[in-house]
Amino acid sequence: MDTEERVTPEEPTDARRRIGVYICHCGGNISDFVDVAAVRDAVAGDPGVVHVETTLFACSDATQHDMIEQIHQDGLDGLVVASCSPKLHVPTFRAVARRAGLNQFQYTQVNIREQCSWVHSDDRAGATDKATGLVRAGIGHASLSVPLDPVTVATVPAALVVGGGVAGLRAAVGLAELGLGVTLVERADHLGGAVGELGTMFPSGLAGRDLVAQLVDEVAARPAITVLLETELVAKSGTFGNYEVTLRGPAGSEPVTQTVGVLVIATGFDSYEPALGEFGYGIDGVLTLPEFTHLVDSSSGPLTHAGRPVRSIAYVYCVGSRQPGGNEYCSKYCCTATAHVAVEVAKRDDRVAQYHLYRDVRTYGVYELLYEEARKRGSVYLKFADDEPPAVTREGDQLVVTTRDTLTADATLQIPVDLVVLVTGMVPTANHDLTSLLKLPLGSDGFYNEIHPKLRPVETVVDGVLIAGASQGPKTVSESVASALAAVAQSGAMLLKGQAELNPLVAVVDDACAWCGACASVCPYDAIEQVEIDGRAVARISPTACKGCGGCAPYCPNEAINLLGVTTDQVQHMIAGMAGDVHEEVLVS
Amino acid sequence: MGAGHGAGATSPRILVFSTANISDPGIDLAGSQHRHYASSVSTIAVPCSSGVQPRWIVYALEHGFDGVFLAIDGDECAFLSDCNARSSRIASQAQDRLRAIGIAPERVRMAALCSVCSEAFVKHMDEFAATLAALPSEEAA
Repeated sequence: MDTEERVTPEEPTDARRRIGVYICHCGGNISDFVDVAAVRDAVAGDPGVVHVETTLFACSDATQHDMIEQIHQDGLDGLVVASCSPKLHVPTFRAVARRAGLNQFQYTQVNIREQCSWVHSDDRAGATDKATGLVRAGIGHASLSVPLDPVTVATVPAALVVGGGVAGLRAAVGLAELGLGVTLVERADHLGGAVGELGTMFPSGLAGRDLVAQLVDEVAARPAITVLLETELVAKSGTFGNYEVTLRGPAGSEPVTQTVGVLVIATGFDSYEPALGEFGYGIDGVLTLPEFTHLVDSSSGPLTHAGRPVRSIAYVYCVGSRQPGGNEYCSKYCCTATAHVAVEVAKRDDRVAQYHLYRDVRTYGVYELLYEEARKRGSVYLKFADDEPPAVTREGDQLVVTTRDTLTADATLQIPVDLVVLVTGMVPTANHDLTSLLKLPLGSDGFYNEIHPKLRPVETVVDGVLIAGASQGPKTVSESVASALAAVAQSGAMLLKGQAELNPLVAVVDDACAWCGACASVCPYDAIEQVEIDGRAVARISPTACKGCGGCAPYCPNEAINLLGVTTDQVQHMIAGMAGDVHEEVLVS
Repeated sequence: MGAGHGAGATSPRILVFSTANISDPGIDLAGSQHRHYASSVSTIAVPCSSGVQPRWIVYALEHGFDGVFLAIDGDECAFLSDCNARSSRIASQAQDRLRAIGIAPERVRMAALCSVCSEAFVKHMDEFAATLAALPSEEAA
């Protein structure tokens, strides 16, 4: 390290905080566009800053080692690292803090790469000014940081899987393979869910019912798995790692109580049920996709319906899906499922005329092959306009579908057919009681919401409650299994250490509280209760039940609630730092 | 790439409250894609926009910022299913406070941003900056 890169400011005589600041070049990713030396010099005299330096790579082993030495040498009680996005290296520098004996929550990350150098590469002066403000904001934040300890909880090496479909079954097998005890509850009287009713599937050619039978055999072969049919989760108490769950079985049986570390929710989906009259639903010969798939899967030879041969079929796509004011999402599996069943029909009798009336064909990835095969086997695809859906009518004994084909002659076609298949998608399972019990957030589509669709795809904000399969949105079988295995891996990461840490950045109440109940009424996690302290009724927030959203704070008329890590004082110091002000009162607060 | 930026450009100062799990990654993505916006835009990430306090917004506008933008999760919020309504309430309350002290409520804006909404973020910043620049100077915070 070049000593010129380091600045040791004159010791502030009345400083209570001793903050070290590291400003990263990131090779040249930052320093090519930000004058990092100017940033260093600008903040060197700021209150509380006792050490500031630039570094080529803050995340390098050598710099981490230097940081630890500096923390020891200067007795630092605050650490600011200005480098890349917090999404990348917060765990790295929290670990540095821990190794140096500094509380990990007294370290603050400042993003001067993704949110500065990379977006202002045409404005070096502006980027340098902004970086200076951001680092000052970080110093302001760190100057008000307090040591916090994660709440450590012992974890029970057992899991409850709710739902006995393909995702739940696969999750149960995976959890047992990790050495965890598993209780699998299914509210129906049999396992298998929707997949258990399916015939052959693409691309393996394996029947859904056979796939489920394999999984059921694997479950039965593992003594660590207990299966409870006709059973529902009716109560949950305790905290992550140590949930006490109550399971209610068939009528007349006594509820069972168990202790588990995590819950995997794999409650699947329901199929959209059209209203009577919707695209002719209710007319003889108008079926939904699941009804038609069952008809095909449960028969052999030339297809018949109501005793009559089926010589022509019209498929009407997106029924109940992508509808403004209704289910606005794309169910994404139905285009593929329809292409598949059309191929199966054609394999039996290639003389059957099949017309696909679609808005868009979304047979993504490998399923494009299925779409191609359906066309090669004679399926005709006709695109209708979003605002001009087909009409289904019965004229005498004849079903007729009327549509305008937008891709060819733009002509209005009347197609007489023997069957109409309404291509319906997936909708959320009616699970109000379970959702309410677990306090799981729902997305606008009504399915369970993960924390992040890409980075934390099976975790929910309720610690230790994971979601898998189509309970979190329409999925194919392979996607459901992949999410189930992700939930297995995450469960293992949570439980196999024997203990887990809860985020300590939760809401806290100060002395200004004069209990009005507003905060408690808006907390969906029941984390806030009324208690009496020194004869005064005040709010108390449970650090294990609080999820750290801060949603209660704006409802407090006395502004008595703060979220640790983003307290009002910290935010105001950050704003002042960005605006170029330096809060001198930090020195003496 | 946003237009009108670069050395010498002056733009209104905008403070963005982003959300750590959803909208802040979207703003990061703008950086990863090297989409440019004005260097007068700075961001503070919070866990959930429902936790932003109206007084923070007022404080920012009284201490050097020209506008405050709430980059909310919309329907993707993992914490609160009514996050949209809560965030709207916060923005409205902040605007009420601003009116009372003679600051234009147009200086507060809110929009949903997802974790891949990089282009949308830059567009929001450009449009918001234009709105702020057009506000009468006597109402400048």
